[in-house]
Amino acid sequence: MEKRIPLLLKIFEEDKAGKYLFSLIFALVAYVAFSNLLLPADSFFHMSTLTVTLLGKYLAFALLALALDLVWGYIGILSLGHGAFFSLGAYAMGMYLMRQIGDRGVYGNPELPDFMVFMDLKELPWFWYGFDNIFITIFMVALIPSILAFVFGWLAFRSRVTGVYLSIITQAMTYALMLAFFRNDMGLGGNNGLTDFKDIIGFSLQADGTRVSLLILSFLALLGGYLISRFIVKSKLGRICVAIRDTELRTRFLGYRVEQYKLFIFVVSAILAGIAGALYVPQVGIINPDRFSPLFSIEIVIWVAIGGRGTLYGAIIGAFVVNFASTYFTSALPEVWLYALGALFVVSTLYLPKGIIGIAEKIDFKKLSKGVLK
Amino acid sequence: MKILLLSLLLITSIFANDFESATQELVNSSTKEKFKIIEQLSLTHSQDKRLILLFDALLKSKLFYKKSDQTLVFLLKKDEDDYYTKTVLSSQVLEVMNKSDFKKVRTTNRLRSVIRNKLSELNLILGDDTARMDAAKNISNNLNEDSLLLIERALLKEKDADIISILEENKLIISAKYGTGKVQEDAIISLSDSLSQVSLQVLQEIQEGSDEKLQSLAKESIAYIKEGRSFYSYVEKAFFGLSLGSILLLAALGLSITFGVMKVINMAHGELIMLGAYTTFTVQQIFPNMIEYSLLISIPVAFVVSGIVGILIERFVIRHLYSRPLETLLATFGISLILQQIVRSVYSPLNQVVKTPEWMSGALEINSALSLTYSRLYIIVFAIMVFLTVLFVLKKTSLGLKVRAVTQNRPMAQAMGIRTGLIDAITFGLGSGLAGVAGVALSQLTNVGPNLGQAYIVDSFMVVVFGGVGNLWGTFIGAMTIGELNKFLEPSVGAILTKVLVLVMIILFIQKKPRGLFPQKGRDAQD
Repeated sequence: MEKRIPLLLKIFEEDKAGKYLFSLIFALVAYVAFSNLLLPADSFFHMSTLTVTLLGKYLAFALLALALDLVWGYIGILSLGHGAFFSLGAYAMGMYLMRQIGDRGVYGNPELPDFMVFMDLKELPWFWYGFDNIFITIFMVALIPSILAFVFGWLAFRSRVTGVYLSIITQAMTYALMLAFFRNDMGLGGNNGLTDFKDIIGFSLQADGTRVSLLILSFLALLGGYLISRFIVKSKLGRICVAIRDTELRTRFLGYRVEQYKLFIFVVSAILAGIAGALYVPQVGIINPDRFSPLFSIEIVIWVAIGGRGTLYGAIIGAFVVNFASTYFTSALPEVWLYALGALFVVSTLYLPKGIIGIAEKIDFKKLSKGVLK
Repeated sequence: MKILLLSLLLITSIFANDFESATQELVNSSTKEKFKIIEQLSLTHSQDKRLILLFDALLKSKLFYKKSDQTLVFLLKKDEDDYYTKTVLSSQVLEVMNKSDFKKVRTTNRLRSVIRNKLSELNLILGDDTARMDAAKNISNNLNEDSLLLIERALLKEKDADIISILEENKLIISAKYGTGKVQEDAIISLSDSLSQVSLQVLQEIQEGSDEKLQSLAKESIAYIKEGRSFYSYVEKAFFGLSLGSILLLAALGLSITFGVMKVINMAHGELIMLGAYTTFTVQQIFPNMIEYSLLISIPVAFVVSGIVGILIERFVIRHLYSRPLETLLATFGISLILQQIVRSVYSPLNQVVKTPEWMSGALEINSALSLTYSRLYIIVFAIMVFLTVLFVLKKTSLGLKVRAVTQNRPMAQAMGIRTGLIDAITFGLGSGLAGVAGVALSQLTNVGPNLGQAYIVDSFMVVVFGGVGNLWGTFIGAMTIGELNKFLEPSVGAILTKVLVLVMIILFIQKKPRGLFPQKGRDAQD
């Protein structure tokens, strides 16, 4: 344990922004967790369980945005299908949670989830086996998205599908998966998806304690994901990735096996996205095929673009800002939200090529402070 | 001579009186009596066209009588409680009267079915072309030995070849079912040329019968019929595939210009299609009396509407992003969200009903196993016309020449005095306008709602990428291939799985040939 802390500090050493950001998020998470559990419900400082869940959802989305920034910002693959990896991780977790319901479903079947009884299935489909075990489930959360990413990436990068074409076929991939998951015959709940979860490893999902634990878990996952990504991009491998992003041909001519680097980053990113999905499901309480829709995947891209791509922490900021705005507008001014989101896409690409981070960088803080002193 | 004429007059007048008195009897008669009256009327007046009108009115519950003097009348039109009527016997148009002045001649379900049969018999002999055709087809729903006489009678007078062939087939079916000996055997053998479901059924009944010789004959004929039907079902599938391909072609054609020629990824393309569909809806709302021409009016209007929106998008957004294709994708996606929301605010989030003109409905019947719906037929023709027009514009006009020059070598084109900025705007407007035209066609086939565009955007991109970017013929062949693939896979694996499979196939295909079916060649091929 003692050895690890210096490493953590070392990674953060040259990363002021990341350090501040994570300190801030840590403070936020700690405060929300503390006030939710320990302060009385009528206190002004008390945070509702809804806030805990909301913050947990933002953290899961931030991890997803981070995963996308890794492939888009550092190796130049604009994936319009990252929602697919996210959803696959989410479905894997959802299957575990479905199995945990046991005989408390409407039909009270100890073996089969409600929708299967409804569909007249007699026994569990083969791919549901093992999902009653949390360890196998966690393994699957990482494995399933990485298999898809590996197969897809291996085919695509090997035949040098790049740029726009790659973006379009990633979109087609998630679109195809969405159509497939909408089918009832898929054995995964059709368009209703998986929902009505009761508990996770024995703890009730409705309990505040479980919610707060999931929040903290999400924070740790985000921190872990950030450290791994940071470690990768600062290593030699990360520099080659940036070289590939900037001039792929030249890097190839220098003798690097471009497709292998791409594949590695793509798979790592898919795993991170899968984990984000697995953390999302127990907190939000439902997963359905809508998360596979191309719209959601493109929304992830916009989080990263708004925050500022190629910085990692920018993606996290973007995910927080856009999702906070989304939560606010969809309840306050639902009509306006899609206009605002659309305008965000246009404005951020036209005027903020570097996102929020770009604005922050433009402001010269030293000059500003001097000016104030004068 | 005079006497003869007189007697003839007398006879007709007797018959006429007969018709009048018989029809008058319908007033105040019980259902049982009505059966008799109708039977009687169809026997004595089988050559009388007035009977068709009478039966038709009875079937449609439009036969009334005046309470005051019991005159039978046809109801022509009703406006709230005002009834517009005409007398049955003298065809005299009566003045508008209140609903309460009339009483309906009541019919029961059983009576109506008798009337329906009688009417179709009458129509078979006396009706106009379409009525006779319908009647000839209807016979097959209700075949019995008596129909044979009727068919023979109809065949004596019939001139229309199509109706004759239907009647002949029905005759064969009756002979096969009720005939005996040689007649029955011949009929069974001859039925092998037929393709209809009814003959298949009758033959199957015979096959299940006890006569061994008939059984084997029927079996042979069934095999023939099935072979014929399966051939036509392939033809039908190919036709469906062509029509789906045409829809894809229409949707993708605009994209093949903006994406293929200009290398701009326009995610709002689907929404430009949607605008076209809503334009059709609006045109129909503005001119509710011109539904028949609404599509023809909508085509140029939709082209202009979507074209202008496209030019605006190009002027204000895409212009600034020509060097950054991925950013174009994001910005245009934002525009697509805004366009969708505008449509939701202006119209409603719900689907709108776009009416189908008369000439688009119905089907072209090739034979009893194959009929092609006009809507699909027109879509195919329309798609090909649009395609050829685009091809002509790009290959044979000076505008097309400039477009190709700008896309192939921008600085050189500029040096030759081409205003590249203007050409960009026009090209983008052309591609967008085509999306609008596609929307007009799609309004006839799918639900017109704010999400219409989203359903087509992935498909359209697939078509363009599959066919080879920047190649119009590639887009054409790509669209048709995907259309056919879809329709031939659908029966065996279901509609959704087909879509998934086709997407997977295209993804795999792109891995194999990243530049599509017909890759661009030459120096400007590299991106």
